[in-house]
Amino acid sequence: MSYTERKKNKTGSTAGVRKPFKEVINVSMGDLHTSGLKPLSFVRQVLAACLYPQLVNSSRLPVDVRQRAQRLLGECVGGSIGSYTATAGIPEVVQRISEFITRRDGGVPSSPDNIYISPGSQWCLMNMLKVLVNSESSPRTGVLTPVPSHCTTTSSIVGLGGVIVPYYLTEENGWQLQVEELQRALDSAKGICNPVALYIINPGNPSGQVQSRKSMQEVIQFVRENRLFLLADEVYQDLVYGEHSEFISYKRVLAEMGPPHADTVELASFHSASKGFIGECGLRGGYVELVNLDPAVMKHIHTLFSTDSCAPVLGQMALDLMVNPPQPGDPSYPLDDMEREHIRKTLVHNVKRVSEVLNSLPGFCCQPVEGGAFAFPRLFLPPKAIQKAKEMGMQPDTFYCVRLLEEAGVLILPGCEYGQKEDTHHVRFCILNPQETMEEVLRRISCFHTQFMREVS
Amino acid sequence: MTSMQQVNPRVLGIREPSKLQSLAACVTQEIRQGANKPFKKVIDVSSCDPHRAGMDPVSFVRQVLAVCLYPELLEDKSLPLDVRQRAQTLLGACEGRSVGSYSTTSCGLPLVQKSVAEFITSRDVGVKSRLEDIILCGGSQKAVSMVLHLMASREGRTQTGVLTPAPCPHTLPALLEMCGVKQVLYHLMEDQGWAVDLNEMQRALKAARGHCEPRAIYISNPGNPTGHVQDRETMEELIRFVAAEGLVLLAEEVYQDSVFGHDKEFLSYKKVLFDMGKELSETVELVSFHSLSSPCIGECGLRGGYMEIINMEPEVTKHLKRMLGPYTPPVLPQLALQLMVNPPTPGELSYQTYLQEILHIKTTLSQNAQRAHEFLNALPGMTCQPAMAGVFLFPCLHLPTEMIEEAKMLGVKADVLYCQRLLEEEGVCLGAGCENGQEDQNYHIRLCVLAPPDTLDQVLARLRSFHLRLLSRFP
Repeated sequence: MSYTERKKNKTGSTAGVRKPFKEVINVSMGDLHTSGLKPLSFVRQVLAACLYPQLVNSSRLPVDVRQRAQRLLGECVGGSIGSYTATAGIPEVVQRISEFITRRDGGVPSSPDNIYISPGSQWCLMNMLKVLVNSESSPRTGVLTPVPSHCTTTSSIVGLGGVIVPYYLTEENGWQLQVEELQRALDSAKGICNPVALYIINPGNPSGQVQSRKSMQEVIQFVRENRLFLLADEVYQDLVYGEHSEFISYKRVLAEMGPPHADTVELASFHSASKGFIGECGLRGGYVELVNLDPAVMKHIHTLFSTDSCAPVLGQMALDLMVNPPQPGDPSYPLDDMEREHIRKTLVHNVKRVSEVLNSLPGFCCQPVEGGAFAFPRLFLPPKAIQKAKEMGMQPDTFYCVRLLEEAGVLILPGCEYGQKEDTHHVRFCILNPQETMEEVLRRISCFHTQFMREVS
Repeated sequence: MTSMQQVNPRVLGIREPSKLQSLAACVTQEIRQGANKPFKKVIDVSSCDPHRAGMDPVSFVRQVLAVCLYPELLEDKSLPLDVRQRAQTLLGACEGRSVGSYSTTSCGLPLVQKSVAEFITSRDVGVKSRLEDIILCGGSQKAVSMVLHLMASREGRTQTGVLTPAPCPHTLPALLEMCGVKQVLYHLMEDQGWAVDLNEMQRALKAARGHCEPRAIYISNPGNPTGHVQDRETMEELIRFVAAEGLVLLAEEVYQDSVFGHDKEFLSYKKVLFDMGKELSETVELVSFHSLSSPCIGECGLRGGYMEIINMEPEVTKHLKRMLGPYTPPVLPQLALQLMVNPPTPGELSYQTYLQEILHIKTTLSQNAQRAHEFLNALPGMTCQPAMAGVFLFPCLHLPTEMIEEAKMLGVKADVLYCQRLLEEEGVCLGAGCENGQEDQNYHIRLCVLAPPDTLDQVLARLRSFHLRLLSRFP
């Protein structure tokens, strides 16, 4: 059972006990809808009409919704979302994703043959890892992964019999990546494992940094020199808040570097419908775009994806709606634009408030959140707190989170679950919340923190 | 560049998927672009995909799901009240009342787990099912691969083996290869309606030991693609065999709601096991699988299923649940599962429509299966066992030697060549028996008969036309 589940059960088991709070606020997951932000109306209307086509004839729904649903249904075999689709996804949807990628990357060409849709980006990543990681090899296969990083990927690597080769992001520098650190990590793997890939998350999860073009070029140079496969997790590309930050895709940077890099570096970029303004984590829609892979290898990748018939059709459609939102002139545009603007404003505000509140609390230090769904502030815990945690048999940041949950009713996750430098402590919480919820979370954390620090000073 | 040498050998070992379906898609595309073909449209009945063939979805399911997706419809009075009420309940079970949120536990939404447990308890009269034993997932294929992954180990003589039926579901062989598990075939008895032969199973097991370590047996009941329904006696024999040999029983039961054979009845392996007394029911490890791809619901594109774990060690179950991490099941199909196991009941507003729709599907299936069986059996060079359940017919082809030779020359299996030619000449896509693990000299074709009667008639007519033409070429 995951830490989260244990914590939730813990709260549940004290049902009927009086607490200083009415309900638990769960900001432990990167999930837009859990905390109360609304899904995009256009997305939900189109999907509802695809599910129950009788709605297509209803005047209750805007014309462009009905047209889009009709088109999507027409692209499904048998006109139903209940049919299996081609392995890589509905061909027209895959085509439109490739067009989106080209638009996004200022014209860099993208081929639909290199794109696979699957139930979530982690699934695609798993398949790529299956190709790269050989559990029977000696020495074992290594994958360079960032610290901190979310745990699903690291568990997957270990589960496939691979070895994690951690590289540490530099916290004091806004969690930016230093390429010298990549070299150190690679050197540390000598004699232990055979590194074949570099996994990078941009914008970072949980660290929230957005990479500069220069840094990305350095990474590309590094992977080329060391013949590493580049796995670029870019699911938070729509969530960028830093005033001076801008998301550029690895594909674009690679292409613009020209030969020889552009023709040789092997890259897999991952995106998903779970994040961004669309936030449909529960629908399970994600894709991978593959660049510069040997055609013979691509054939086997296709076979691998075929072992699970296809991705959920609704998830595929959600991806289509993500890459092709309503345009100015469309009847749904004003509402859609307003909803996105509202989410964007909310998130920018939240990021500002998180920084203001946490950085004013002694014992907390929060790097600027330039992008992504989370804040990952550092906790400076006095020795007494660390001692107490030890007595309870917990990591110090876990101890903090447990106390926070029990005394203030806020569920956040400890940094030890994401990896951190030894003897440092962090917590992670989601910032994709309505403003009132964010304020309440910050208020409860401040209150608790002050009391807690007094107790352990 | 990552060369073939660097690719994980396990991945290289997975067999390529059948080319027939992509060929069918190509031909469809060509027709769309105006190509001239002797047929207007390709009919693909190679897999169990009722909607593809033209069957309608169950209204209640689609209505409730639509409301869950777009809750504004809760105010829509044109939708029946029970639909809206059910959607309310389901939304209440979702995090943030949205189907767009992750399910917080990797095993799925507790409400759905509970409904599934209640459905199983009610189905298996007298045998209780527990919520904790139910794991929801994105389809039964994924579920099976997770369990296999748990068991799979090593290579060579100590490689894990799984006894699998020949024929088996056409998606299974590649799955086994992906998991690094050796397939140990036990042949079903074609002339006995594809029944299981325990002697054959013992033979297969004995022969396998020494080449691999058999750890489990995969059973499809009702059979996919055979349509065979096992009787209690056979199931009891199998359970005793499994217990004696220390195997894990993997029971794929996706076609349980589509039994139409005269005097035939679906019994779950769990029920039979528990009726055999404590010594067996408390020790035999059983995992049962079910999914939305079941014929009556037919929501294959939603990708949803569940497995029930019986008698697995808690530590092992814990690891299984942990492995589900990257594969959190989508929320909508979980809700669809809840609707499948907990449909409208008599007295509820949607009940009549629901009942009629299900009856229509079952009647169509039963009548189609009978008609198709008679039709195919009457063709020279073809013999077909009657199906008692499920959606497939799996007739045997007695192909002329010259055709078999031709296939050999072209480097394809003869049943694949048959299907390719059928597709090119008549626009009908069937499955080739070799995809179901049937070995050479034993040619079969596979067709799904759950389709609107007119569509099936077209399939049969075109198939006959092609078949007779083929035979006349080789007198």
